[in-house]
Amino acid sequence: MKQNNISERLINGLIKENPTFVLMLGMCPTLAVTTSAVNGLGMGLTTMVVLALSNMFISLLRKVIPDKVRIPAFIVIIASFVTVVELLLKAFIPFLYDALGLYIPLIVVNCIILGRAEAYASKNGVLSSLFDGVGMGLGFTCALTIIGAIRELIGAGEVFGFALMPESYVPCSIFVLAPGAFFVLAVLTAIQNKVKIAGEKKGRDMSKIQSGCNSDCMNCGESGCSKRFFDESTKEKEDDLEIIEITEENDLPDVEEAAVRKEEEIND
Amino acid sequence: MSDLMKVSSNPHIRSKVTTSNIMLAVVIALLPAAGFGIYNFGLDALILILITVATTVLTEFVYEKAMHKKVTIGDYSAVVTGLLLALNLPSSAPWWIGVIGGVFAILVVKMLFGGLGQNFMNPALGARCFLLISYTSIMCNFECDAYSGATPLANLKAGESVNILDMVVGRTSGTIGETSMIAIVIGACFLLLLGVIDLKIPGSYIISFVIFVILFGGHGFDPAYIAAHLSGGGLMLGAFFMATDYVTRPVTKKGQYLYGIVLGLLTGIFRIFGPSAEGVSYAIILGNLLVPLIEKITMPRAFGKGGERA
Repeated sequence: MKQNNISERLINGLIKENPTFVLMLGMCPTLAVTTSAVNGLGMGLTTMVVLALSNMFISLLRKVIPDKVRIPAFIVIIASFVTVVELLLKAFIPFLYDALGLYIPLIVVNCIILGRAEAYASKNGVLSSLFDGVGMGLGFTCALTIIGAIRELIGAGEVFGFALMPESYVPCSIFVLAPGAFFVLAVLTAIQNKVKIAGEKKGRDMSKIQSGCNSDCMNCGESGCSKRFFDESTKEKEDDLEIIEITEENDLPDVEEAAVRKEEEIND
Repeated sequence: MSDLMKVSSNPHIRSKVTTSNIMLAVVIALLPAAGFGIYNFGLDALILILITVATTVLTEFVYEKAMHKKVTIGDYSAVVTGLLLALNLPSSAPWWIGVIGGVFAILVVKMLFGGLGQNFMNPALGARCFLLISYTSIMCNFECDAYSGATPLANLKAGESVNILDMVVGRTSGTIGETSMIAIVIGACFLLLLGVIDLKIPGSYIISFVIFVILFGGHGFDPAYIAAHLSGGGLMLGAFFMATDYVTRPVTKKGQYLYGIVLGLLTGIFRIFGPSAEGVSYAIILGNLLVPLIEKITMPRAFGKGGERA
């Protein structure tokens, strides 16, 4: 079951809830640093390391952190890891540090990291949280690398620094400037929506694949993204409980324990 | 008699003016400028114009076929977009500049926002600015067989003297359609006589621009300097053919005056304080983006509704 959980977390982060294309989180680094495939890859991997480590630590400390001050506590944990990673990058990969610049410290306020801390790591076990972080980070890395590669290909005729276009190709430099990020992201999201609509017509459940939501965040109560996180977390707990109840239904004390756990979780 | 007895819902008075009539009039009005451009810059200009127009029409056709929508190439709006875009390109541009610009104008600026009447920005100008940012060196290369060197506006900015007569007639370097003030004004008069456009936007645009140049141009009231600014660059083409685009201009009367003034100020700022010599295209697309706000503050109140401001 553990094994299943790990792979499920990885696939969830990579595809089902890809932070960039599905959850539409972390748009600032997505649009700003993807001027080349290398930058996208570097930013994605940096974020992944921070995400996995902070998820793990928040999960370890989830019983200790008081509910009322959890956000400041999360941010302290995340900021510590970002500082560590920033210093490491500065020491060992200075060209990447120069390329990413201001966006490394800004990982602290990346909504993917805080979102996963709040929605997943603060409610789940250490190992699943770690792999949730790795999965989400991989999803983010893939998305950023793809966007970076497309922008680099059109805007400079290269991918990862290798010239792919024929000599006569004249680079369309708007794609390595800010508007290009919007063009590429919009087209990729449109393709994904097209896939979603086609899947819905065939009757598949596509509720997970959804870019953002249609209501505005200012007046969002329960519809939209917070609800999706909420639904997901409760559904998973219910699944877990069902498994416990089914596998050990003859063992009365355990069922009671499960009920107590359920109560505790509701109180959480 | 039976016509008078017809009972139907409104509108009861119908005009013969249709979208395709208006667009055809604009195409005809653009022909003098295009013709002078071809005379001025030679066969290259003609080929570039044909390629660009063919691309815009074909893009609209293919997109509408692919999306199973009604094919609207018959209303000539794609022809107008293609022609305007081509007149905004230098004649030395390679053929694929016209193709990329045409596809971008129709597909991204017009069709993705819902087609004619829904685009928030003039498609031809959107594509021109896209090309200007992407291929700066090609778009600013005004060298061709007939002329070489900088545009008169660039010379003017550098402080050199310019020949006003040549600029008015159009015997200067520049994009295909912007050089000849006379040809553009002939086309504009045709549209004004037909009533397709009126002088609200071009008038307030040009007057506010002239006032701005007098105040901040550094030459005071110098007729030669003002005339050079008016006849150089894309001001005339922009004021009469692009700022007046039905879709991207304000609908209210007061709003149209305000829009013209905003365009004049922006063009003046870009030309006099900006790094480059020309700023009409950026001024008009920025103005396009302000149109919803302009309409909001100039919406007329219905008679009898509220004496005070809400």
